Amino acid sequence: MLYIFCPHCGLRSQNEFAYGGDATVKRPELNKEISDKDWDNFVYLRKSPRGKHLELWHHISGCRQWIKVERDTSTHEIFKTYKADELTE
Amino acid sequence: MSQDFRLDKIGMVNRNKKISFTFNGKKYFGYEGDTIASALIANGVHLVGRSFKYHRPRGFFGVGVDEPYAILQLERNNERDPNIRATEQEIFEGLEVKSVNCWPSVNFDIGAINNFLKMFFPAGFYYKTFMWPPSFWYKIYEPFIRMAAGFGEASIKHDKERYEHKYEYCDLLITGSGPSGLASAYAAAKNGARVILAEDKPRYGGSLLTSDVNIGNQTGIEWSEKIITELKSMSNVIVKNRSQVFGYYDHNMLVMSERISDHLPKTQKYLPKQRLWYIRAKEVLISSGSIERPLVFGNNDTPGVMLSSAAKEYMKVYGVLVGKKPLIFTNNDSGYETAIEFKKNGVNPLILDTRKEPSSDIISEAKNLGIEIKFSYVVVAAKGYKKVKSADIAKISDNKKDLSNIENIECDCICVSGFWTPSIHLASQSGNKSEFNEKIDAFIPKKSKQKENTIGSANGKFTLEETINEAFEKGYEVSNKITENNNKVSIPTVVEKKSTEHDKFWCVPLPKGKSYKRFLDFQNDVAVTDIELALREGFRSIEHVKRYTTLGMATDQGKTSNLNGLQLVSDIENKVVPQVGHTTFRPPYTPVSIGAIVGREVGKHSKPTRKSPMHEWHEKNNAIFVDAGVWLRPRYYKQGNETLFEASKREAKNVRKNVGVCDVTTLGKIDVKGPDAAEFLNRVYTNAWLKLPVGKARYGVMLREDGIVMDDGTTTRISENHYHMTTTTAQAANVLSHLEYYLQLVWPELNVNVVSTTEQWAGAAIAGPNSRALLMKLFPNTDVSNEGLPFMGYKEADLFGFPAKIYRISFSGELAYEVNVESDYGNFMWEKIIEVGKEFQIQPYGTEALSTLRIEMGHVAASELDGRTIPHDASLEGLVSKKKDFIGKRSLSRSAFIKPDREKIVGVVPLDKTTSIPEGSYIVKDPKAKLPNPKLGHVSASCWSVEYDNPFSLAIIKDGKNMIGQKLFAMSPLKNKTIPVEIVSSHYVDPEGKRVRA
Ligand SMILES: [Zn+2]
Repeated sequence: MLYIFCPHCGLRSQNEFAYGGDATVKRPELNKEISDKDWDNFVYLRKSPRGKHLELWHHISGCRQWIKVERDTSTHEIFKTYKADELTE
Repeated sequence: MSQDFRLDKIGMVNRNKKISFTFNGKKYFGYEGDTIASALIANGVHLVGRSFKYHRPRGFFGVGVDEPYAILQLERNNERDPNIRATEQEIFEGLEVKSVNCWPSVNFDIGAINNFLKMFFPAGFYYKTFMWPPSFWYKIYEPFIRMAAGFGEASIKHDKERYEHKYEYCDLLITGSGPSGLASAYAAAKNGARVILAEDKPRYGGSLLTSDVNIGNQTGIEWSEKIITELKSMSNVIVKNRSQVFGYYDHNMLVMSERISDHLPKTQKYLPKQRLWYIRAKEVLISSGSIERPLVFGNNDTPGVMLSSAAKEYMKVYGVLVGKKPLIFTNNDSGYETAIEFKKNGVNPLILDTRKEPSSDIISEAKNLGIEIKFSYVVVAAKGYKKVKSADIAKISDNKKDLSNIENIECDCICVSGFWTPSIHLASQSGNKSEFNEKIDAFIPKKSKQKENTIGSANGKFTLEETINEAFEKGYEVSNKITENNNKVSIPTVVEKKSTEHDKFWCVPLPKGKSYKRFLDFQNDVAVTDIELALREGFRSIEHVKRYTTLGMATDQGKTSNLNGLQLVSDIENKVVPQVGHTTFRPPYTPVSIGAIVGREVGKHSKPTRKSPMHEWHEKNNAIFVDAGVWLRPRYYKQGNETLFEASKREAKNVRKNVGVCDVTTLGKIDVKGPDAAEFLNRVYTNAWLKLPVGKARYGVMLREDGIVMDDGTTTRISENHYHMTTTTAQAANVLSHLEYYLQLVWPELNVNVVSTTEQWAGAAIAGPNSRALLMKLFPNTDVSNEGLPFMGYKEADLFGFPAKIYRISFSGELAYEVNVESDYGNFMWEKIIEVGKEFQIQPYGTEALSTLRIEMGHVAASELDGRTIPHDASLEGLVSKKKDFIGKRSLSRSAFIKPDREKIVGVVPLDKTTSIPEGSYIVKDPKAKLPNPKLGHVSASCWSVEYDNPFSLAIIKDGKNMIGQKLFAMSPLKNKTIPVEIVSSHYVDPEGKRVRA
């Protein structure tokens, strides 16, 4: 069970969180033309890297904030966590 | 039976407390503190099971977790507990155990015929034997494998015992209370660290219980007792026995199973049977010790062949002799300690030492005691079937290849010592890559992967002095890192016998013309020939060899077999062991009961139960409940002998005719507040929200980004910047997360807050033509006329002195209102509605009637919004704005979603007007078409229309709009029914929606 540092609450067990997928995906702006292909990429296509991955976690049983977690997908090492609005490195 | 093998003056069992138990139906006696193994050995019983594959007789090989085959089944009050190690389970009065893997009995086992058919059971026999023909699998192979395999039979009854989970945090977790565990725990605890010390056995001390050493001028046992007593008295230390740390998981989470009541005849009132500890440790010291390695020789699986350390522990801890004519077969000094212990207890052992001319303190001591020793000697093969009766021994040449002077000598046990294997399982589970240490011919942990260090013999330190010094140092070092204290305790002086080098010899060659089976893995019946065959067949990777031969698998996890297996592979391949590498050790280190893993989350406790404030009223009024997610909702209120069908029909009819009241507390409720709330809703919902006035409600549909409907519900503008959103019961939590996602990550510039208010409000839906009349009596001071409170209107009102909110919304399609009060007043509100509603013939209605009402109105719910439908499919396209953008809008123009014949919701009526259509039925044009019959769609929901008194269903079918009026068929292969139907509009009742606006 992972031990995740919530930037709002501190170190908490994984069972307080829900996984939210790739944090680098940016939603296309509203009211802007977008091709089928670009929209498909946004909705369906995700990289599944082995190694460093910036991902979203939702502290649902805690502060209910979405946070960004930089985690190694093969070793589970967590390098850094960020608040939703914090700039990532 | 008398205890012929019990020693009088030695051992730690309680001689004042005699305990009786039965093994395979026969009664035996032992003492408090005995394990099943020690008590049976005291009674001269060595045959306890049959081996996995060849069904060869099996006895005891070890004395604790190292035991590969004395695995029994515990039976008590018709309850079964399989996979019990005889060497770990303590006896208690009335204990009943029996052998597994043998039929009809352990003495006469039909499966033993496998032993004579062994050409059919080579390496990979599962893969080879049970291949062809496929039809044999079901009736012949599978039952055979099931009967032949396994270590017992699980109980199929409900386990009445209680199991608990516990979460604990500490600075330092130490796994094992041998010398290194005790010393490091003491040093760390004295330096202020919060320490948990876990011991899997009942007694603390590990190897100190059986070794002849001195620490700080005390015997090893005295010293360990002193340390444990002091640790127990410290408030920063938790000391646990009968507790196995069996898994090392991510981020220094370790899991420990504590056997609290397994050794007691009955679980005590306030104690669970077992407790599973989830321990998050800042640092871990793995002091799990080492396990003696077997030597490999012919028939080395015969009962009576066991580890020499086990024989010593049976004497010193349990006061039990494993034999009266022991043969000690060793390649190092450890065997001598066992021999000396035998001698001290009046038994004359014979030592066979594979080494040529070793000399050390302990060898001299053995010689001085007059123990007979043969150097450069080996056991060629054990003789005897159910118990060792003699052994063929021989002189071995200096190059260890040739045997000479083979002779047979009488003996009743063979105690083997092939040196020691550090237990690196936990370190390996942590991710630590191990390295091969040539000095000890074994792997030790290399670089710590997580915050863990391995100490003592688990780290290859085999002298007590090294171990004690290292442990005190590590305990201080690690605690200093955490507490920053500098309290160093002094390290006691250690006196121990010096030993000399071991012999790298591990496997006795076969004499000419003999083909004895020489076992490597005793639990999984893997012999030398199996590994040889696997390599001949081309398996190279050790991971493949493991799976093909089953070496090091199952509950044993290679505790005694791992290294000898690797030695053999590297010998054949002309490699050295580190080139071969070792397989991955996986948790659990020892078997863990399913009960402990599940804990308290059993039956109703597997998830929380949510009840509305009116729950008690429902109970008192004969409500039959149904699970709605984690909520309990009344399905119907039973009157007399009514069936579900009759009751729901009555309730629904009463809504259409008079007035009904339904508990809608479970609906998700979310407060949406802030200056940008309208803009936010406008992006979340498919329809327009910017112009909704204060005091008005609106129905909305929200999509996922892929265009699929996520949820629907009404949202009301309570004040300028405050909206009250409702969601379906099931989606409430997901919708909140969804809203938070967009507010926090996608549009943080929007000034909006959302919070769940589901549990703050109790809700009652009042529906039916009489509902307004009832409302006028409930709220005499509020104008609830059609003008004062029109359809989709909202008002705050006073309910007999309590604040209430009235929403004029309708799910039933009738004139209806939803009244909300604060949860604490829910029951008051409900009772008032029932009381005042009497004169209007009010009846409560449950979810079944609610379904009927919404289905015949064509209102969609979860069975239509099933994660596959877009607004068009549910005839909700009128709510999709063409002007503004919203979540998921772009997906709606994808080609599959704009196909002209896309599925759409329709109504379905059976032509005979009597046959109900099973939910899930296919709608087809031709019921006799060749299979697979091309289906147009499926029936999503069915009811008995109370308006027309005939069955009515909703279906989502291809080109639904143009199908209306057609005669088709509903087919349910599951129910074996084909029903001729007519497709009608999904709005079966009041298609113009006059009633809700009345
Ligand atoms: Zn948090």
